[in-house]
Amino acid sequence: MNYPHTCCLPIPTDPAVQLKLHQDLPSGCSFQTPVTLQEIMFKNYYTAFLTIRVRQHTSTHTPAKWVTCLRDYCLMPDPHSEEGAQEYVSLFKHQMLCDMAQVLELRLILRQPSPLWLSFTVEELQIFQQGPKSPSMTFPKWLSHPVPCEQPTPLLEGLPDPSRVSSEVQQMWALTEMIRASHTSTRIGRFDVDGCYDLNLLSYT
Amino acid sequence: MRKAQGSWEKRILKSLNSMCTELSIPLARKRPVGEQKELLNKWNEMGTDEPDLSLFRPVYAPKDFLEVLINLRNPNYESGDSLSFRTHLGLIQVPLKVKDIPELKEFFVELGLTTGQLGIDDSTQVPPELFENEHVRIGQKVLTEQDSAAAQQYIRQGSPTALRAELWALILNISSHPEDILYYEQLKTNVIQHDLLVDSLIYKDVKLTASNDDYYFVFEDYLYQVLLCFSRDTSVLSHFAYNSASPPKSYIRGKLGLEEYAVFYPPNGVIPFHGFSMYVAPLCFLYHEPSKLYQIFREMYVRFFFRLHSISSHPSGIVSLCLLFETLLQTYLPQLFYHLREIGAQPLRISFKWMVRAFSGYLATDQLLLLWDRILGYNSLEILAVLAAAVFAFRAVNLMEVTSLAAAEAVLADLSTLKVMPLLQIFLFATVT
Repeated sequence: MNYPHTCCLPIPTDPAVQLKLHQDLPSGCSFQTPVTLQEIMFKNYYTAFLTIRVRQHTSTHTPAKWVTCLRDYCLMPDPHSEEGAQEYVSLFKHQMLCDMAQVLELRLILRQPSPLWLSFTVEELQIFQQGPKSPSMTFPKWLSHPVPCEQPTPLLEGLPDPSRVSSEVQQMWALTEMIRASHTSTRIGRFDVDGCYDLNLLSYT
Repeated sequence: MRKAQGSWEKRILKSLNSMCTELSIPLARKRPVGEQKELLNKWNEMGTDEPDLSLFRPVYAPKDFLEVLINLRNPNYESGDSLSFRTHLGLIQVPLKVKDIPELKEFFVELGLTTGQLGIDDSTQVPPELFENEHVRIGQKVLTEQDSAAAQQYIRQGSPTALRAELWALILNISSHPEDILYYEQLKTNVIQHDLLVDSLIYKDVKLTASNDDYYFVFEDYLYQVLLCFSRDTSVLSHFAYNSASPPKSYIRGKLGLEEYAVFYPPNGVIPFHGFSMYVAPLCFLYHEPSKLYQIFREMYVRFFFRLHSISSHPSGIVSLCLLFETLLQTYLPQLFYHLREIGAQPLRISFKWMVRAFSGYLATDQLLLLWDRILGYNSLEILAVLAAAVFAFRAVNLMEVTSLAAAEAVLADLSTLKVMPLLQIFLFATVT
């Protein structure tokens, strides 16, 4: 028994949604400018299978077609039992069947074949687009072309040999690291406040 | 589930608060120096004390908790009046996913008919060369290598009595460093300095349960030493990160609402209920040094036992165990299940107390320890539900003849003669379905 049901989604007008929506539609959303989607995140509420379709922008004047990018993705392994019913789910672009570039509209189709549940939906829907690519770095010249070894500056009178000092400091540092690593994690837990444990009744928050 | 746990906790807190006000006893009290000295002298024989506990009553008993679980309802669940393919005929009405017998057979594969088991293949009729000697030799090797993962795998077939204490310590990662002994001594000092209302509950529980038990009454003093220190141990608070329960909170007198004066009560956040001391009692057979006994119990509690008295959807949580028990019984003993239901003796009402106590106090101690070997080996409490169903299967013939809940209880009152491993093996691997 299959009851495909295009369910109404309350898309939050939460500022955390990083995309400017052109329009909230009952079963998805549409965007003002074509975007590249990176990730879709939501909290499940008793939906068993999820299908996502997108409509992409085409450069020619052909009408854009709906393309399925996720088909019957299973959210609940057993639709009759609670497993997966209230999980937080993240879907990434590499899980999709098609390229998520130039997306104009997004539609989510929810299926719940079991007659046991009164309602099913997804909540807290968040859609993230691909961030700007990190600008290419130009490395400073001296990193890629190391200078030849310099002559060490002559020792000043009365000062210890710098290489010996540096090796001794290194040894001391290694010792402190060892001591820090062997520090016991056992806490002597205190349950009182400054030696006082005189209590009121228990609180019901 | 979280809501149900929250309201259950509120009930417990209300009960404790009313006990506090009715008896005019403070939740916590600093002991005067004279009393501290007296307690320190009596530390190893606290059982000889006969304080007046008649006014104290346990905060709750397992059957109160069962009523809460029976009333758990998912608001999104279609529970119409008409019988459907998924009507729950048992007491638990939450549709959690539980394993069926094929899945259990796979999960408990080492308990199968062709694998050697302690509890079956070490009986006197079986020559030890067939299994027992080799098994002991492997156990000794595991201990020499100090390999915790290998120990966990090994113990699925049971632990030889001589090696059990060390094997459990290896699996639970308990070693006796001086700082652990020092920590225990610090907890002891905390007990000496402050007297908690919860202490009286612990006394009462020990007197009502372990002291009356033929096997465990000798350990009465150990039980006080472990449980009183357990209540003061703030490191137990860290297990609330993965427990659906929350520790009770209070404020220093006169500083209500000020967060700097907020404290947990009791310091470990765990309020004991009727039968709680039975979690500790069997361990006294294995460990005689108080700080080691304490550490083993604490680790067993934060890994396993806490799941038996908090409401969650975890597969080893008590709700899942109850549902697993009922589902197994319904599926594989439908006539028995139907009959018991008809006479008003829902099977869970009888088996619930066994599972909540992990069968402690119901089985003979050697059998109980073989059962707890498998809990450690499989890192799951599901075996408790399987054993409960296996016990019903074993006594099915007698149960089919009873006509009331009381008579059914009588048939299942005495489990002390049962051998757990044959029961489990037959139920899982040898029952014709």
